[in-house]
Amino acid sequence: MATPLAFRVFEAEMRVYRRTWLGSVFSGFLSPILYLVAMGVGLGSLVDANIPEGLDGVSYLTFLAPGLLVASAMQAGAAEGSWKVMGGVRFFGTWKGRVATPVSISALALGHMYWSAARVLMVSVSFAIVITLFGVTSPLQSLGTLIPAMLVGTAMVAVTTAYTVRLKEFTGIPAYLRFVVIPMFLLSGVFFPITQLPGWTQPIAYATPVYHGVEMARSIAFGATPSIDWWVSVIYLTVWIVVGTALVIRPLRKLMTP
Amino acid sequence: MTETLITAKGLVKKFDDFVAVDGIDFEVQQGEAFGFLGPNGAGKTSTMRMIGAVSPITGGSLRVLGLDPTTEGPRLRSRLGVVPQENNLDEEITVYDNLMMYGRYFDIPRSILKDRITELLEFVQLADKTHARVSALSGGMKRRVTIARGLINEPDMFILDEPTTGLDPQARHVLWDRLYRLKQQGVTLIITTHYMDEAEQLCDRLVVMDGGRIVAEGSPRALIEQYTPRDVVELRFAVGVLETLTGQIEELSDRTETLADRALIYTDDAEKTIALVNERNLDPETVLARRSTLEDVFLRLTGRTLVD
Repeated sequence: MATPLAFRVFEAEMRVYRRTWLGSVFSGFLSPILYLVAMGVGLGSLVDANIPEGLDGVSYLTFLAPGLLVASAMQAGAAEGSWKVMGGVRFFGTWKGRVATPVSISALALGHMYWSAARVLMVSVSFAIVITLFGVTSPLQSLGTLIPAMLVGTAMVAVTTAYTVRLKEFTGIPAYLRFVVIPMFLLSGVFFPITQLPGWTQPIAYATPVYHGVEMARSIAFGATPSIDWWVSVIYLTVWIVVGTALVIRPLRKLMTP
Repeated sequence: MTETLITAKGLVKKFDDFVAVDGIDFEVQQGEAFGFLGPNGAGKTSTMRMIGAVSPITGGSLRVLGLDPTTEGPRLRSRLGVVPQENNLDEEITVYDNLMMYGRYFDIPRSILKDRITELLEFVQLADKTHARVSALSGGMKRRVTIARGLINEPDMFILDEPTTGLDPQARHVLWDRLYRLKQQGVTLIITTHYMDEAEQLCDRLVVMDGGRIVAEGSPRALIEQYTPRDVVELRFAVGVLETLTGQIEELSDRTETLADRALIYTDDAEKTIALVNERNLDPETVLARRSTLEDVFLRLTGRTLVD
Protein backbone atom coordinates (compact mmCIF):
# COMPACT_ATOMS: atom_id res chain seq x y z
CA MET A 1 0.00 0.00 0.00
CA ALA A 2 2.76 2.42 0.95
CA THR A 3 4.74 2.11 -2.25
CA PRO A 4 2.16 2.96 -4.94
CA LEU A 5 0.79 5.84 -2.90
CA ALA A 6 4.31 7.17 -2.34
CA PHE A 7 4.43 7.53 -6.13
CA ARG A 8 1.17 9.49 -5.98
CA VAL A 9 2.88 11.88 -3.59
CA PHE A 10 5.77 12.08 -6.04
CA GLU A 11 3.29 12.81 -8.82
CA ALA A 12 1.72 15.59 -6.76
CA GLU A 13 5.07 17.24 -6.18
CA MET A 14 5.74 17.05 -9.91
CA ARG A 15 2.41 18.75 -10.57
CA VAL A 16 3.38 21.61 -8.27
CA TYR A 17 6.90 21.81 -9.74
CA ARG A 18 5.54 22.13 -13.27
CA ARG A 19 4.59 25.69 -12.45
CA THR A 20 8.12 26.82 -11.62
CA TRP A 21 10.29 24.45 -13.64
CA LEU A 22 11.60 27.03 -16.08
CA GLY A 23 13.14 29.28 -13.44
CA SER A 24 14.48 26.29 -11.61
CA VAL A 25 16.16 24.84 -14.69
CA PHE A 26 17.62 28.24 -15.54
CA SER A 27 19.22 28.67 -12.12
CA GLY A 28 20.32 25.04 -12.28
CA PHE A 29 22.62 26.04 -15.15
CA LEU A 30 23.45 29.56 -14.07
CA SER A 31 24.86 28.81 -10.64
CA PRO A 32 27.45 26.20 -11.77
CA ILE A 33 28.55 28.50 -14.58
CA LEU A 34 29.06 31.37 -12.11
CA TYR A 35 30.93 29.21 -9.64
CA LEU A 36 33.18 27.62 -12.23
CA VAL A 37 34.01 30.94 -13.88
CA ALA A 38 34.68 32.80 -10.62
CA MET A 39 36.38 30.11 -8.58
CA GLY A 40 37.59 27.63 -11.16
CA VAL A 41 38.85 29.97 -13.87
CA GLY A 42 39.36 33.24 -11.96
CA LEU A 43 40.75 32.09 -8.65
CA GLY A 44 42.08 28.96 -10.33
CA SER A 45 44.56 30.86 -12.49
CA LEU A 46 46.20 32.19 -9.30
CA VAL A 47 46.26 28.75 -7.71
CA ASP A 48 47.68 27.13 -10.82
CA ALA A 49 50.40 29.81 -11.05
CA ASN A 50 51.51 28.97 -7.52
CA ILE A 51 51.29 25.19 -7.79
CA PRO A 52 52.73 24.23 -11.18
CA GLU A 53 52.33 20.49 -10.49
CA GLY A 54 48.60 21.05 -9.79
CA LEU A 55 46.34 19.81 -7.00
CA ASP A 56 46.08 16.03 -7.26
CA GLY A 57 48.04 16.54 -10.47
CA VAL A 58 45.32 18.54 -12.26
CA SER A 59 44.38 22.19 -12.79
CA TYR A 60 42.37 23.92 -10.09
CA LEU A 61 39.29 24.02 -12.33
CA THR A 62 39.45 20.25 -12.79
CA PHE A 63 40.10 19.75 -9.09
CA LEU A 64 37.20 21.97 -8.08
CA ALA A 65 34.47 20.99 -10.53
CA PRO A 66 33.59 17.44 -9.35
CA GLY A 67 33.63 18.52 -5.71
CA LEU A 68 31.43 21.48 -6.43
CA LEU A 69 28.96 19.23 -8.21
CA VAL A 70 28.67 17.08 -5.10
CA ALA A 71 28.41 20.17 -2.87
CA SER A 72 25.57 21.59 -4.95
CA ALA A 73 23.74 18.26 -4.71
CA MET A 74 24.24 18.52 -0.94
CA GLN A 75 22.74 22.02 -0.91
CA ALA A 76 19.82 20.96 -3.09
CA GLY A 77 19.15 18.13 -0.64
CA ALA A 78 19.28 20.50 2.32
CA ALA A 79 16.80 22.85 0.62
CA GLU A 80 14.33 20.04 -0.15
CA GLY A 81 14.55 18.74 3.40
CA SER A 82 14.19 22.10 5.12
CA TRP A 83 12.04 24.91 3.68
CA LYS A 84 10.10 22.54 1.49
CA VAL A 85 9.16 20.29 4.41
CA MET A 86 8.45 23.22 6.73
CA GLY A 87 6.06 24.59 4.12
CA GLY A 88 4.23 21.30 3.84
CA VAL A 89 3.90 20.51 7.52
CA ARG A 90 3.45 23.99 9.01
CA PHE A 91 3.19 27.04 6.75
CA PHE A 92 0.64 25.76 4.24
CA GLY A 93 -0.48 22.51 5.82
CA THR A 94 -0.61 20.78 2.44
CA TRP A 95 0.81 17.60 3.94
CA LYS A 96 -2.09 17.55 6.40
CA GLY A 97 -4.45 17.38 3.45
CA ARG A 98 -2.58 14.32 2.23
CA VAL A 99 -2.85 12.32 5.41
CA ALA A 100 -6.65 12.66 5.34
CA THR A 101 -6.51 10.39 2.27
CA PRO A 102 -5.36 6.75 2.08
CA VAL A 103 -1.77 8.07 1.95
CA SER A 104 -0.04 6.75 5.07
CA ILE A 105 2.72 8.48 6.99
CA SER A 106 5.35 6.19 5.50
CA ALA A 107 3.99 6.74 1.97
CA LEU A 108 4.13 10.47 2.64
CA ALA A 109 7.74 10.28 3.84
CA LEU A 110 8.82 7.97 1.00
CA GLY A 111 7.09 10.07 -1.65
CA HIS A 112 8.90 13.11 -0.32
CA MET A 113 12.21 11.22 -0.44
CA TYR A 114 11.62 10.07 -4.04
CA TRP A 115 10.73 13.52 -5.22
CA SER A 116 13.60 15.21 -3.39
CA ALA A 117 16.01 12.68 -4.87
CA ALA A 118 14.61 13.58 -8.29
CA ARG A 119 15.26 17.27 -7.55
CA VAL A 120 18.84 16.47 -6.50
CA LEU A 121 19.23 14.57 -9.77
CA MET A 122 17.96 17.53 -11.80
CA VAL A 123 20.40 19.91 -10.13
CA SER A 124 23.26 17.43 -10.52
CA VAL A 125 22.54 16.71 -14.18
CA SER A 126 22.60 20.39 -15.12
CA PHE A 127 25.84 20.77 -13.19
CA ALA A 128 27.34 17.75 -14.95
CA ILE A 129 26.36 19.19 -18.33
CA VAL A 130 28.09 22.47 -17.47
CA ILE A 131 31.23 20.66 -16.35
CA THR A 132 31.30 18.71 -19.58
CA LEU A 133 30.89 21.90 -21.61
CA PHE A 134 33.78 23.46 -19.68
CA GLY A 135 35.84 20.55 -20.95
CA VAL A 136 36.71 19.40 -17.44
CA THR A 137 35.48 15.84 -17.87
CA SER A 138 34.27 13.54 -20.61
CA PRO A 139 30.50 12.98 -20.85
CA LEU A 140 30.93 9.48 -19.45
CA GLN A 141 32.93 10.68 -16.46
CA SER A 142 30.35 13.39 -15.82
CA LEU A 143 27.66 10.75 -15.82
CA GLY A 144 29.71 8.81 -13.28
CA THR A 145 29.92 11.75 -10.89
CA LEU A 146 26.14 11.72 -10.64
CA ILE A 147 26.42 8.62 -8.43
CA PRO A 148 28.24 10.28 -5.49
CA ALA A 149 26.14 13.42 -6.03
CA MET A 150 22.91 11.42 -5.68
CA LEU A 151 24.17 9.58 -2.60
CA VAL A 152 25.21 12.79 -0.85
CA GLY A 153 22.13 14.77 -1.90
CA THR A 154 19.71 12.05 -0.81
CA ALA A 155 21.54 11.59 2.50
CA MET A 156 21.14 15.33 3.09
CA VAL A 157 17.42 15.19 2.25
CA ALA A 158 16.93 12.40 4.77
CA VAL A 159 18.80 13.91 7.71
CA THR A 160 17.57 17.44 7.02
CA THR A 161 13.96 16.23 6.88
CA ALA A 162 14.46 14.29 10.12
CA TYR A 163 15.68 17.56 11.66
CA THR A 164 12.92 19.75 10.20
CA VAL A 165 10.04 17.57 11.38
CA ARG A 166 11.40 17.90 14.93
CA LEU A 167 11.38 21.69 14.83
CA LYS A 168 8.76 23.60 16.76
CA GLU A 169 9.58 26.83 14.96
CA PHE A 170 10.96 27.64 11.55
CA THR A 171 13.86 29.66 13.02
CA GLY A 172 15.72 26.37 13.34
CA ILE A 173 16.08 26.28 9.58
CA PRO A 174 18.15 29.42 8.94
CA ALA A 175 20.30 28.38 11.91
CA TYR A 176 20.83 24.95 10.38
CA LEU A 177 21.68 26.34 6.97
CA ARG A 178 24.11 28.85 8.48
CA PHE A 179 25.84 26.68 11.05
CA VAL A 180 25.73 23.24 9.43
CA VAL A 181 25.28 23.47 5.68
CA ILE A 182 27.53 26.42 4.87
CA PRO A 183 30.46 25.21 7.03
CA MET A 184 30.08 21.79 5.43
CA PHE A 185 30.11 23.41 2.00
CA LEU A 186 33.27 25.39 2.75
CA LEU A 187 35.25 22.91 4.83
CA SER A 188 34.63 19.44 3.40
CA GLY A 189 37.45 19.44 0.89
CA VAL A 190 35.51 20.98 -1.98
CA PHE A 191 37.69 24.08 -2.40
CA PHE A 192 40.96 22.77 -0.98
CA PRO A 193 42.27 19.43 0.36
CA ILE A 194 41.23 18.90 3.97
CA THR A 195 44.88 18.26 4.85
CA GLN A 196 45.13 22.07 4.83
CA LEU A 197 42.81 22.21 7.85
CA PRO A 198 44.09 22.12 11.46
CA GLY A 199 44.66 18.49 12.44
CA TRP A 200 41.90 18.28 15.03
CA THR A 201 39.20 19.40 12.59
CA GLN A 202 40.07 16.80 9.98
CA PRO A 203 38.06 13.96 11.58
CA ILE A 204 35.00 16.23 11.45
CA ALA A 205 35.45 16.73 7.73
CA TYR A 206 35.90 12.95 7.34
CA ALA A 207 32.55 12.38 9.03
CA THR A 208 30.57 14.65 6.71
CA PRO A 209 28.73 13.00 3.82
CA VAL A 210 30.05 15.68 1.47
CA TYR A 211 33.68 14.69 1.98
CA HIS A 212 32.95 11.08 1.00
CA GLY A 213 31.08 12.22 -2.08
CA VAL A 214 33.83 14.65 -3.10
CA GLU A 215 36.52 11.98 -2.83
CA MET A 216 34.45 9.58 -4.94
CA ALA A 217 33.63 12.23 -7.53
CA ARG A 218 37.30 13.18 -7.96
CA SER A 219 38.38 9.63 -8.48
CA ILE A 220 35.65 9.18 -11.08
CA ALA A 221 36.32 12.52 -12.81
CA PHE A 222 40.10 12.47 -13.13
CA GLY A 223 41.33 9.31 -11.47
CA ALA A 224 42.46 10.84 -8.17
CA THR A 225 43.29 8.28 -5.51
CA PRO A 226 40.57 8.59 -2.82
CA SER A 227 41.63 8.63 0.82
CA ILE A 228 38.75 6.23 1.56
CA ASP A 229 37.82 3.12 -0.42
CA TRP A 230 34.84 3.86 -2.64
CA TRP A 231 32.80 0.98 -1.23
CA VAL A 232 33.26 2.26 2.31
CA SER A 233 31.90 5.64 1.22
CA VAL A 234 28.95 4.02 -0.57
CA ILE A 235 28.01 2.05 2.54
CA TYR A 236 28.56 5.09 4.77
CA LEU A 237 26.30 7.31 2.67
CA THR A 238 23.67 4.58 2.34
CA VAL A 239 23.54 4.32 6.11
CA TRP A 240 22.91 8.07 6.29
CA ILE A 241 20.03 7.71 3.84
CA VAL A 242 18.41 4.75 5.56
CA VAL A 243 18.84 5.96 9.13
CA GLY A 244 17.81 9.52 8.21
CA THR A 245 14.62 8.32 6.51
CA ALA A 246 13.79 6.05 9.43
CA LEU A 247 14.19 8.99 11.81
CA VAL A 248 11.59 10.97 9.85
CA ILE A 249 8.66 8.62 10.47
CA ARG A 250 7.98 8.95 14.19
CA PRO A 251 8.03 12.74 14.58
CA LEU A 252 6.19 13.10 11.29
CA ARG A 253 3.43 10.82 12.57
CA LYS A 254 3.18 12.84 15.78
CA LEU A 255 3.03 16.05 13.81
CA MET A 256 0.51 14.93 11.17
CA THR A 257 -1.77 12.73 13.28
CA PRO A 258 -1.59 14.02 16.86
CA MET B 1 -33.33 -0.60 7.06
CA THR B 2 -30.73 1.99 7.92
CA GLU B 3 -27.19 1.07 8.72
CA THR B 4 -25.23 2.49 11.65
CA LEU B 5 -22.16 4.21 10.19
CA ILE B 6 -20.50 5.41 13.39
CA THR B 7 -20.60 3.89 16.85
CA ALA B 8 -18.65 5.62 19.62
CA LYS B 9 -18.62 4.31 23.18
CA GLY B 10 -16.83 6.10 25.99
CA LEU B 11 -14.63 7.80 23.40
CA VAL B 12 -11.70 9.69 24.94
CA LYS B 13 -8.98 11.90 23.48
CA LYS B 14 -6.16 13.22 25.61
CA PHE B 15 -3.21 15.40 24.68
CA ASP B 16 -0.71 14.77 27.48
CA ASP B 17 -2.69 15.90 30.54
CA PHE B 18 -5.34 17.81 28.65
CA VAL B 19 -8.60 15.91 28.12
CA ALA B 20 -10.08 17.13 24.82
CA VAL B 21 -12.83 14.52 24.58
CA ASP B 22 -14.04 13.08 27.85
CA GLY B 23 -15.89 9.82 27.27
CA ILE B 24 -18.63 10.45 24.74
CA ASP B 25 -21.19 8.04 23.27
CA PHE B 26 -23.03 8.57 20.01
CA GLU B 27 -24.25 6.81 16.90
CA VAL B 28 -24.72 8.08 13.37
CA GLN B 29 -27.12 6.41 10.94
CA GLN B 30 -26.80 6.21 7.18
CA GLY B 31 -28.31 9.16 5.31
CA GLU B 32 -28.39 11.35 8.39
CA ALA B 33 -27.06 14.87 8.73
CA PHE B 34 -25.47 14.72 12.14
CA GLY B 35 -24.03 17.72 13.95
CA PHE B 36 -21.63 18.50 16.76
CA LEU B 37 -22.60 21.88 18.20
CA GLY B 38 -20.42 23.61 20.74
CA PRO B 39 -18.08 26.52 21.40
CA ASN B 40 -14.38 26.54 20.51
CA GLY B 41 -12.52 24.01 22.61
CA ALA B 42 -15.55 21.79 23.21
CA GLY B 43 -13.81 18.78 21.62
CA LYS B 44 -15.65 18.82 18.28
CA THR B 45 -12.56 18.91 16.07
CA SER B 46 -10.78 16.24 18.10
CA THR B 47 -13.82 14.01 17.68
CA MET B 48 -13.93 14.66 13.94
CA ARG B 49 -10.25 13.88 13.59
CA MET B 50 -10.69 10.56 15.36
CA ILE B 51 -13.61 9.71 13.06
CA GLY B 52 -11.46 10.68 10.07
CA ALA B 53 -8.66 8.33 11.22
CA VAL B 54 -6.11 11.13 11.45
CA SER B 55 -5.89 11.10 15.23
CA PRO B 56 -5.56 7.93 17.29
CA ILE B 57 -8.17 7.43 20.02
CA THR B 58 -6.94 7.51 23.62
CA GLY B 59 -9.73 5.46 25.16
CA GLY B 60 -13.14 3.89 24.61
CA SER B 61 -14.15 2.40 21.28
CA LEU B 62 -14.91 3.77 17.85
CA ARG B 63 -16.16 2.04 14.70
CA VAL B 64 -16.60 4.00 11.50
CA LEU B 65 -18.15 2.38 8.39
CA GLY B 66 -17.63 -0.94 10.15
CA LEU B 67 -13.89 -0.32 10.35
CA ASP B 68 -11.45 0.32 13.18
CA PRO B 69 -9.80 3.73 12.58
CA THR B 70 -6.70 2.68 14.52
CA THR B 71 -5.83 -0.41 12.50
CA GLU B 72 -7.67 0.18 9.23
CA GLY B 73 -6.89 3.88 8.73
CA PRO B 74 -6.00 3.89 5.02
CA ARG B 75 -9.01 1.72 4.12
CA LEU B 76 -11.33 3.89 6.13
CA ARG B 77 -9.92 7.14 4.76
CA SER B 78 -10.40 5.86 1.21
CA ARG B 79 -14.17 5.86 1.86
CA LEU B 80 -14.43 9.20 3.65
CA GLY B 81 -14.77 12.72 2.32
CA VAL B 82 -13.16 15.32 4.53
CA VAL B 83 -13.43 19.10 4.70
CA PRO B 84 -10.98 20.11 7.42
CA GLN B 85 -11.17 23.37 9.34
CA GLU B 86 -8.20 24.69 7.36
CA ASN B 87 -8.60 24.27 3.62
CA ASN B 88 -5.02 23.00 3.09
CA LEU B 89 -5.28 23.66 -0.63
CA ASP B 90 -2.13 24.20 -2.63
CA GLU B 91 -2.52 27.90 -3.34
CA GLU B 92 0.16 28.02 -6.03
CA ILE B 93 -1.55 25.71 -8.49
CA THR B 94 -4.93 25.70 -10.20
CA VAL B 95 -8.24 24.45 -8.86
CA TYR B 96 -8.11 21.63 -11.42
CA ASP B 97 -4.61 20.57 -10.39
CA ASN B 98 -5.60 20.58 -6.73
CA LEU B 99 -8.49 18.23 -7.37
CA MET B 100 -6.49 16.02 -9.71
CA MET B 101 -3.65 15.77 -7.23
CA TYR B 102 -5.99 14.89 -4.39
CA GLY B 103 -7.92 12.33 -6.42
CA ARG B 104 -4.68 10.60 -7.31
CA TYR B 105 -4.00 9.98 -3.60
CA PHE B 106 -6.99 7.65 -3.81
CA ASP B 107 -5.35 5.91 -6.75
CA ILE B 108 -8.25 6.88 -9.02
CA PRO B 109 -7.29 6.82 -12.74
CA ARG B 110 -6.79 10.22 -14.36
CA SER B 111 -9.43 9.68 -17.04
CA ILE B 112 -12.11 9.09 -14.41
CA LEU B 113 -10.94 12.06 -12.35
CA LYS B 114 -11.12 14.35 -15.36
CA ASP B 115 -14.86 13.81 -15.75
CA ARG B 116 -15.46 13.86 -12.03
CA ILE B 117 -13.67 17.19 -11.59
CA THR B 118 -15.87 18.76 -14.26
CA GLU B 119 -19.01 17.47 -12.52
CA LEU B 120 -17.91 18.50 -9.05
CA LEU B 121 -16.87 22.00 -10.05
CA GLU B 122 -20.23 22.41 -11.70
CA PHE B 123 -21.88 21.20 -8.51
CA VAL B 124 -20.05 23.77 -6.36
CA GLN B 125 -20.70 26.41 -9.04
CA LEU B 126 -17.06 27.02 -9.85
CA ALA B 127 -16.85 25.62 -13.38
CA ASP B 128 -15.56 28.99 -14.61
CA LYS B 129 -12.70 28.86 -12.10
CA THR B 130 -11.44 25.43 -13.18
CA HIS B 131 -8.09 26.75 -14.37
CA ALA B 132 -7.78 29.65 -11.95
CA ARG B 133 -5.02 29.58 -9.41
CA VAL B 134 -6.37 28.92 -5.90
CA SER B 135 -4.61 31.98 -4.43
CA ALA B 136 -6.82 34.17 -6.64
CA LEU B 137 -10.09 32.84 -5.15
CA SER B 138 -12.20 34.32 -2.34
CA GLY B 139 -12.57 32.56 1.00
CA GLY B 140 -16.00 31.23 0.08
CA MET B 141 -14.75 29.90 -3.25
CA LYS B 142 -11.81 28.16 -1.61
CA ARG B 143 -14.22 26.52 0.79
CA ARG B 144 -16.29 25.25 -2.14
CA VAL B 145 -13.13 23.92 -3.82
CA THR B 146 -12.38 22.06 -0.60
CA ILE B 147 -15.89 20.62 -0.65
CA ALA B 148 -15.45 19.48 -4.26
CA ARG B 149 -12.09 17.98 -3.27
CA GLY B 150 -13.69 16.10 -0.39
CA LEU B 151 -16.21 14.52 -2.79
CA ILE B 152 -13.61 13.41 -5.34
CA ASN B 153 -13.59 9.79 -4.12
CA GLU B 154 -17.41 9.53 -3.99
CA PRO B 155 -17.30 9.03 -0.22
CA ASP B 156 -19.74 6.96 1.83
CA MET B 157 -19.70 9.68 4.46
CA PHE B 158 -18.84 13.36 4.24
CA ILE B 159 -17.34 15.04 7.30
CA LEU B 160 -17.07 18.81 7.53
CA ASP B 161 -15.30 20.67 10.32
CA GLU B 162 -16.81 24.14 10.70
CA PRO B 163 -17.68 24.46 7.01
CA THR B 164 -18.66 28.14 7.11
CA THR B 165 -16.54 29.68 9.86
CA GLY B 166 -15.06 32.96 8.71
CA LEU B 167 -17.27 33.32 5.64
CA ASP B 168 -19.56 36.24 4.90
CA PRO B 169 -23.34 35.64 5.11
CA GLN B 170 -23.81 35.33 1.36
CA ALA B 171 -21.02 32.77 0.98
CA ARG B 172 -22.48 30.82 3.90
CA HIS B 173 -25.87 30.59 2.23
CA VAL B 174 -24.35 29.35 -1.04
CA LEU B 175 -22.53 26.68 0.94
CA TRP B 176 -25.58 25.64 2.94
CA ASP B 177 -27.53 25.29 -0.28
CA ARG B 178 -24.88 22.92 -1.70
CA LEU B 179 -24.73 20.87 1.49
CA TYR B 180 -28.50 20.69 1.59
CA ARG B 181 -28.47 19.26 -1.92
CA LEU B 182 -25.95 16.61 -0.90
CA LYS B 183 -28.22 15.70 1.98
CA GLN B 184 -31.16 15.40 -0.44
CA GLN B 185 -29.05 13.00 -2.49
CA GLY B 186 -28.75 10.79 0.58
CA VAL B 187 -25.13 11.57 1.48
CA THR B 188 -24.43 11.09 5.18
CA LEU B 189 -23.13 14.37 6.56
CA ILE B 190 -21.22 14.94 9.79
CA ILE B 191 -20.84 18.60 10.61
CA THR B 192 -19.26 20.53 13.45
CA THR B 193 -20.30 24.09 13.99
CA HIS B 194 -20.49 26.78 16.58
CA TYR B 195 -23.28 28.51 14.70
CA MET B 196 -26.71 27.56 15.88
CA ASP B 197 -28.36 28.69 12.65
CA GLU B 198 -26.09 26.34 10.73
CA ALA B 199 -27.01 23.42 12.96
CA GLU B 200 -30.71 24.25 12.65
CA GLN B 201 -30.49 24.55 8.88
CA LEU B 202 -28.53 21.41 8.15
CA CYS B 203 -28.73 18.85 10.93
CA ASP B 204 -31.38 16.17 11.38
CA ARG B 205 -29.89 15.32 14.73
CA LEU B 206 -27.12 16.77 16.82
CA VAL B 207 -25.22 16.54 20.03
CA VAL B 208 -24.36 19.61 22.06
CA MET B 209 -20.77 19.45 23.31
CA ASP B 210 -19.13 21.41 26.07
CA GLY B 211 -15.79 20.79 27.78
CA GLY B 212 -15.26 17.47 26.01
CA ARG B 213 -18.65 16.07 27.03
CA ILE B 214 -21.97 15.64 25.33
CA VAL B 215 -24.51 17.68 27.29
CA ALA B 216 -27.61 17.03 25.16
CA GLU B 217 -28.69 15.10 22.10
CA GLY B 218 -31.66 15.23 19.74
CA SER B 219 -33.12 16.96 16.70
CA PRO B 220 -32.82 20.76 16.72
CA ARG B 221 -36.59 21.06 17.25
CA ALA B 222 -36.71 18.48 20.03
CA LEU B 223 -33.80 20.11 21.84
CA ILE B 224 -35.47 23.49 21.70
CA GLU B 225 -38.76 22.03 22.92
CA GLN B 226 -37.10 20.12 25.69
CA TYR B 227 -34.78 22.76 27.05
CA THR B 228 -36.39 26.10 26.50
CA PRO B 229 -39.82 27.78 26.37
CA ARG B 230 -41.16 28.72 22.96
CA ASP B 231 -40.39 32.45 23.02
CA VAL B 232 -37.66 34.77 24.19
CA VAL B 233 -37.95 38.45 24.94
CA GLU B 234 -34.64 40.29 24.73
CA LEU B 235 -34.36 43.55 26.63
CA ARG B 236 -31.51 46.02 26.14
CA PHE B 237 -30.89 48.84 28.57
CA ALA B 238 -28.72 51.93 28.68
CA VAL B 239 -25.21 51.31 30.01
CA GLY B 240 -25.20 50.60 33.74
CA VAL B 241 -28.95 50.26 34.09
CA LEU B 242 -29.17 46.50 33.67
CA GLU B 243 -27.23 45.77 36.88
CA THR B 244 -29.70 47.77 38.97
CA LEU B 245 -32.68 45.82 37.63
CA THR B 246 -31.53 42.24 38.21
CA GLY B 247 -34.11 41.55 40.88
CA GLN B 248 -37.02 42.93 38.91
CA ILE B 249 -36.03 41.09 35.75
CA GLU B 250 -35.88 37.78 37.58
CA GLU B 251 -39.48 38.34 38.66
CA LEU B 252 -40.65 38.47 35.04
CA SER B 253 -40.43 34.73 34.41
CA ASP B 254 -39.31 31.38 35.87
CA ARG B 255 -36.27 31.54 33.63
CA THR B 256 -34.25 34.60 32.84
CA GLU B 257 -30.64 35.12 31.80
CA THR B 258 -28.73 38.33 32.37
CA LEU B 259 -25.89 38.71 29.87
CA ALA B 260 -23.32 41.48 29.68
CA ASP B 261 -25.38 43.64 27.35
CA ARG B 262 -28.95 42.40 27.60
CA ALA B 263 -31.47 40.34 29.54
CA LEU B 264 -33.24 37.29 28.09
CA ILE B 265 -36.70 36.44 29.40
CA TYR B 266 -37.87 32.92 28.47
CA THR B 267 -41.64 32.66 28.16
CA ASP B 268 -44.44 30.76 26.47
CA ASP B 269 -46.17 34.01 25.59
CA ALA B 270 -43.98 36.88 24.47
CA GLU B 271 -46.85 39.39 24.31
CA LYS B 272 -47.78 38.85 27.91
CA THR B 273 -44.17 39.26 29.00
CA ILE B 274 -43.79 42.49 27.05
CA ALA B 275 -46.98 43.77 28.63
CA LEU B 276 -45.53 42.95 32.02
CA VAL B 277 -42.30 44.81 31.21
CA ASN B 278 -44.32 47.91 30.30
CA GLU B 279 -46.57 47.59 33.32
CA ARG B 280 -43.57 47.62 35.67
CA ASN B 281 -41.98 50.58 33.91
CA LEU B 282 -38.63 48.85 33.36
CA ASP B 283 -38.14 51.16 30.39
CA PRO B 284 -35.68 49.16 28.23
CA GLU B 285 -34.06 50.86 25.23
CA THR B 286 -35.10 48.07 22.89
CA VAL B 287 -37.43 45.10 23.14
CA LEU B 288 -37.13 42.12 20.81
CA ALA B 289 -39.43 39.10 20.83
CA ARG B 290 -38.20 35.99 18.97
CA ARG B 291 -38.49 32.23 18.86
CA SER B 292 -36.09 30.15 20.96
CA THR B 293 -33.07 28.75 19.11
CA LEU B 294 -30.28 26.29 19.79
CA GLU B 295 -28.32 29.22 21.17
CA ASP B 296 -30.84 29.37 23.99
CA VAL B 297 -30.55 25.64 24.49
CA PHE B 298 -26.81 25.98 24.79
CA LEU B 299 -27.14 28.87 27.21
CA ARG B 300 -29.54 26.82 29.28
CA LEU B 301 -27.25 23.80 29.35
CA THR B 302 -23.94 25.52 30.02
CA GLY B 303 -24.75 29.00 31.30
CA ARG B 304 -22.62 30.46 28.50
CA THR B 305 -23.15 31.77 24.97
CA LEU B 306 -21.84 29.87 21.96
CA VAL B 307 -19.97 32.64 20.18
CA ASP B 308 -18.38 35.31 22.33
